[in-house]
Amino acid sequence: MSEATIARDYTPAEMMTVTAARALVNGTTCFVGIGLPSEAANLARLTHAPDTVLIYESGTIQTKPDVLPLSIGDGELCDTALTTVSVPEMFRYWLQGGHVDVGFLGTAQIDRYANLNTTLIGDYREPKVRLPGGGGAPEIATNSREVFVTIKHSKRTFVKDVDFITTVGFGRDGKARDNLNPETAKHMGKGPTLVITDLCLLRPDPDTHELIVTSIHPGVTREQIVEATGWEVRFADQLDATPEPTAHELDVLRELKARTDRHHAGDTAGERA
Amino acid sequence: MAEFMSLHDAIARYVNDGATVAMEGFTHLIPFAAGHEVIRQKKRDLTLIRMTPDLIYDQLIGMGCAKKLIFSWGGNPGVGSLHRLRDAVEKGYPTPLEIHEHSHAAMACAYEAGAAGLPLAVLRGYIGSDLPKVNPDIRHIDCPFTGERLAAIPSNRPDVAIIHAQRADKQGNVLIEGIIGVQKEAVLAAKHSVVTVEEIVDDLNAHPNACVLPAWTISAIAVAPGGAAPSYTHGYYPRQNSFYKEWDAIARDRDTFAQWMEEHVINAGESKGASA
Repeated sequence: MSEATIARDYTPAEMMTVTAARALVNGTTCFVGIGLPSEAANLARLTHAPDTVLIYESGTIQTKPDVLPLSIGDGELCDTALTTVSVPEMFRYWLQGGHVDVGFLGTAQIDRYANLNTTLIGDYREPKVRLPGGGGAPEIATNSREVFVTIKHSKRTFVKDVDFITTVGFGRDGKARDNLNPETAKHMGKGPTLVITDLCLLRPDPDTHELIVTSIHPGVTREQIVEATGWEVRFADQLDATPEPTAHELDVLRELKARTDRHHAGDTAGERA
Repeated sequence: MAEFMSLHDAIARYVNDGATVAMEGFTHLIPFAAGHEVIRQKKRDLTLIRMTPDLIYDQLIGMGCAKKLIFSWGGNPGVGSLHRLRDAVEKGYPTPLEIHEHSHAAMACAYEAGAAGLPLAVLRGYIGSDLPKVNPDIRHIDCPFTGERLAAIPSNRPDVAIIHAQRADKQGNVLIEGIIGVQKEAVLAAKHSVVTVEEIVDDLNAHPNACVLPAWTISAIAVAPGGAAPSYTHGYYPRQNSFYKEWDAIARDRDTFAQWMEEHVINAGESKGASA
């Protein structure tokens, strides 16, 4: 299979979304972050995982949006939800209460122990770049049974150590989830189990919890991944080749995005709920 | 007991310089008209509380109304940064802004604790996060029954809560529908509350479990049709997602921002305060 003979008609971004969507098993209860996770979770729901339960932090439970929301609280999410609860109830009963299988997060930066930074670049008191902050992520990452992270792969986003741990993966030493108080351990999830990028899949090493590459997307080289990673990234002995998107997955994704663009372009044209 | 008054009078009476103010509405029902009135009345040194500062606090901060911000996610949803907030934090412009930063779970709990009359909120939160290192209000307690170490933060008990809702009846009872966020908690936690509504109706027609704030929990009600725009009011008008995208360019530049505010807020007057 040489690159010259295979005409691939999908983008790296589509590859990432489709691969992220496939990670969601049908019937999973997923707490969905806005942006890439939301796109992937809805693609999963519209393809292989129709019974996936999507929860957004705005309080919408079991929502089935027809178009992707721009914000975490778009009316579309409430209109198509089974029920909408208050935000305190969402975080206390549904998330902290232990009803979420997968927390699906995006981030600005991730490090080798899957810690996430959405707070700032530089020093806290004198930031070089101030980012939006934690939002729901700090507790989504600890109260969900496991966490998937999806993020574009680059040296800017994949750093050895994040400047600020907004949301814990496995801590500065990879051991943040070990030796917890037994009562806390009962409620703590496994943490990040899968990172989906536009180049590859990474999973934490079972012993050290350092992220290692476990699957490479079609047409991507090891060198590309090494070049785009801010630490000396390791590759699993058993390295998989990520399957290409199917025509059906691409069709559904493109229709979803086209619907979304049409919807958001028309939102000030006097459309009334 | 809720008193019907103009938005101007409600803000003049209940929002004092130096007050702690919570304008809530989680993406939905953001009280823009009321926030604009606060800007027009040049309130200063406010401590602003809000889970998602959104465009409304970007505007208040950019216009120099705030000295402190308590929040949990300070971005333009789906778009990027809040540039006026960033300018205040990074460059101290137009005035330095002290920030107390939380997670959503903690902020939601802090409102709930405020509504419950408790001094603190307790949650299984912030585990492994650096946020407790930079926010002195994030501390820990040991559970007296299990010994588990849990996060504790002070409850939110603002001087005044400001929210927008669909409608009030003539007695001043208020109905909130759709994504209800933390508005009920914010109102019950606050000493005073100002509620703007789309309209006054004879009967709320609320089902038994609806989110209703009785008139005797509210200080002032002002009618402000379109008062949540460019956010939205479920059942009335949709979110202007395209305006949220346009805001990025408006707020990025200090002068463009100042001009926009002059034209659309300062000179717009109360009735057009929410136009965007």
